[in-house]
Amino acid sequence: MQRRLQNINYLDFVLWFIRVSIIVFVAWGTIATLLDNPYSADVWVNFTVLGLAQGSMYALIAIGYTLVYGVLFMINFAHGEFFMSGIMTATVFIAGPLSASGYLNNHPVISLLLILVVSMITSVGVAILTERVAYRPLRKAPRLVPLITALGASTFLQYTFRGLFGSEVKPFPQVEALSGKISFLGTEILQTQMVVIIATVIMLVGLYLFVMRTKTGKAIRAVAEDKDVAALMGIDVDRTIAITFALGASMAGAAGVLYALVFRQVHFYMGFLPGLKAFTAAVLGGIGSIPGAAVGGLFLGIFESVGPPLFLDGLNVPAYHQLKDVITFTLLVLVLIFRPQGIVGERLAEKKA
Amino acid sequence: MKKMLFILSVLVVASMVLAACGPSGPAECADELGCAEYGPDDPIRIASALVITGPDAQLGLDSQHGVEIAIAMRGDVAGHSVELQAEDDGCNAEGGQAAGQKIVSDPSIVAVVGTSCSGAGVPMSKVISEAGYVMVSPSNTAPSLTDPAQAFNPGYLRTAHNDKVQGAAMAKFAYEVLGLKTAAAIHDGDPYTEGLANAFRESFEGMGGKVVAFTAVSKGDTDMKPVLTAVAASEGGAPEFLFFPVFTAECAFLAKQTKEVSGLENTIAAAADGCFSAAAAEAIGEAGNGMYFSGPDLSFSGDTYVTFKQQYNTLFGSDPISVFHAHAFDATNMIFDCIESVGVTGADGSLSVGRAAMRTCLYATSGFQGITGTLTCNQYGDCADPKISVSILENSEYKRIWP
Repeated sequence: MQRRLQNINYLDFVLWFIRVSIIVFVAWGTIATLLDNPYSADVWVNFTVLGLAQGSMYALIAIGYTLVYGVLFMINFAHGEFFMSGIMTATVFIAGPLSASGYLNNHPVISLLLILVVSMITSVGVAILTERVAYRPLRKAPRLVPLITALGASTFLQYTFRGLFGSEVKPFPQVEALSGKISFLGTEILQTQMVVIIATVIMLVGLYLFVMRTKTGKAIRAVAEDKDVAALMGIDVDRTIAITFALGASMAGAAGVLYALVFRQVHFYMGFLPGLKAFTAAVLGGIGSIPGAAVGGLFLGIFESVGPPLFLDGLNVPAYHQLKDVITFTLLVLVLIFRPQGIVGERLAEKKA
Repeated sequence: MKKMLFILSVLVVASMVLAACGPSGPAECADELGCAEYGPDDPIRIASALVITGPDAQLGLDSQHGVEIAIAMRGDVAGHSVELQAEDDGCNAEGGQAAGQKIVSDPSIVAVVGTSCSGAGVPMSKVISEAGYVMVSPSNTAPSLTDPAQAFNPGYLRTAHNDKVQGAAMAKFAYEVLGLKTAAAIHDGDPYTEGLANAFRESFEGMGGKVVAFTAVSKGDTDMKPVLTAVAASEGGAPEFLFFPVFTAECAFLAKQTKEVSGLENTIAAAADGCFSAAAAEAIGEAGNGMYFSGPDLSFSGDTYVTFKQQYNTLFGSDPISVFHAHAFDATNMIFDCIESVGVTGADGSLSVGRAAMRTCLYATSGFQGITGTLTCNQYGDCADPKISVSILENSEYKRIWP
């Protein structure tokens, strides 16, 4: 005991002080809000559902970060642009014309499937191309090099799509079949949000089964474990890595469609911030873990939506919604302090860390 | 030796006398802030610092087109051609700072048209002012920029209106014309949006209305429903009128999501000139039907505007894409007029433009006949002839309805 106390140095003390003060602050804000009780129960349910819908999109995008990190230990910052490229293309070439001709509202299911397929294929195409051109030649380079390349690829893709489709915000048509509200737990929520949440669950379960149950999935896991040994076992490592990129990008392409259904506008710059948030979600959940990405995404979405009113309303902070990023990144810091491996992440083996 | 020195000194004195009154030397600079100097065949260089990339690029590109047309229509200024160096203000403080630093490091730039966004204008006006340069903004409207107690710096002027005027106009429209008694305002923390939302709140409350919520989103936000849900649940009840003077992307998200939030179905939505463009109307789509927009009155009359629009179509292949092209055109011409009146042309055709003289001349602008009206600058750089109108959006077309 005596020795342990001696080992506590100044830095530890400061860190503990920060942790405790954050927790006290959060608790104080929460209690103040609950005592003040500014919102009724159905408003809170609403906040939660809004957060779930937003978090679902983060989760789908975060899958891409986690998969690529799993096999390459590289943060693919161009992933947000894979998300943008698919839905931009699908909006310009499919959704716009279908809506103008009236086909979209007469045959919503076929139209949406078509939009989904085009978006996913474009995202996958862009991802495979980026991997081949920008990442594969650098496979043996130090880990910082592909990271910088990824940032470059991200900017390159953004401005390529700006050049192709223009700099203005493009509207995504309202799908009438999904425009109503349904009642849920005593409040009304938008049908699109329900669609987003259900579709996300289906896709995440599908992806999990794919990685865990199929031969290709096994190959991905093997490459993630050890590339050299996987190659010795007859696994084509380059091909497996390309498939991993494609898988992540297909999820991003699907997330793009869900995004467009909810927010109904797309833009060449739309991938940047969701990409950053999804990266945060991946780290929050435990990067490299698929359930981690899902949990991290939902966690982040709910905190963004519920956090500001819950923690800050009672403290009379003006315009507290502006501080939602402060709250989410504080959450990230807290999680990383207490659980560096993320919420559900496993402790990384020495070799990987 | 003594003789040689004598001859030498005579020659030196003689050459100095010749240089001073002789017909061949370049123009001399006697300006306390220095001069922008141009050789006989050099073009005069001006810079623009407008938002030409990113989500608000339409706003800045439109103004940049205005500057380019002003250069094309003006021809030579004081016997020199004009060259434009186009910088990007990024519509944020960092971009304004960076563009400002780049411009003041180039001594051949005589004046700046910029910035697009007030948020970029605050740091840039400081940089420009300290370096002795001068800037005229075509679209900064935040009240703080021309308020000496806040962000005003000598060397800053603008041809855009001050948002005190716009906020008051919108409040008057909501309270008196629409007869609404409760309102809410949402900004995004940018000095422009916050200033305008504040001006609206002060005027609306001054007339006797009640502002039930005054809150903010962040730039880049997409999901506005949590904020809107909170606004709908505010203590004073859901507002009858919701004013969100933010930029295109956030404005379109707010416009669409307002209709989807329980309690705000019948709230009348309104935005301002940051969201007043053909591109914004397209982005908002059918959700914008019946929405109101305040902005500078663009029903310009006069032959110059007719020619201007023809030029715009010839050079850029479309009608103006946003609202501040004419303000940029006027700002550029104000600068040209001052270059012509204070520039000193040397006998060899070189030109020297004093920077302090440039400032004095611009602040003294009075009765300048521009497209946007008759401009007269006050000592803090407000030059606009502010005319605000309110339009309604119907089927993606803006219809001017008031006043």
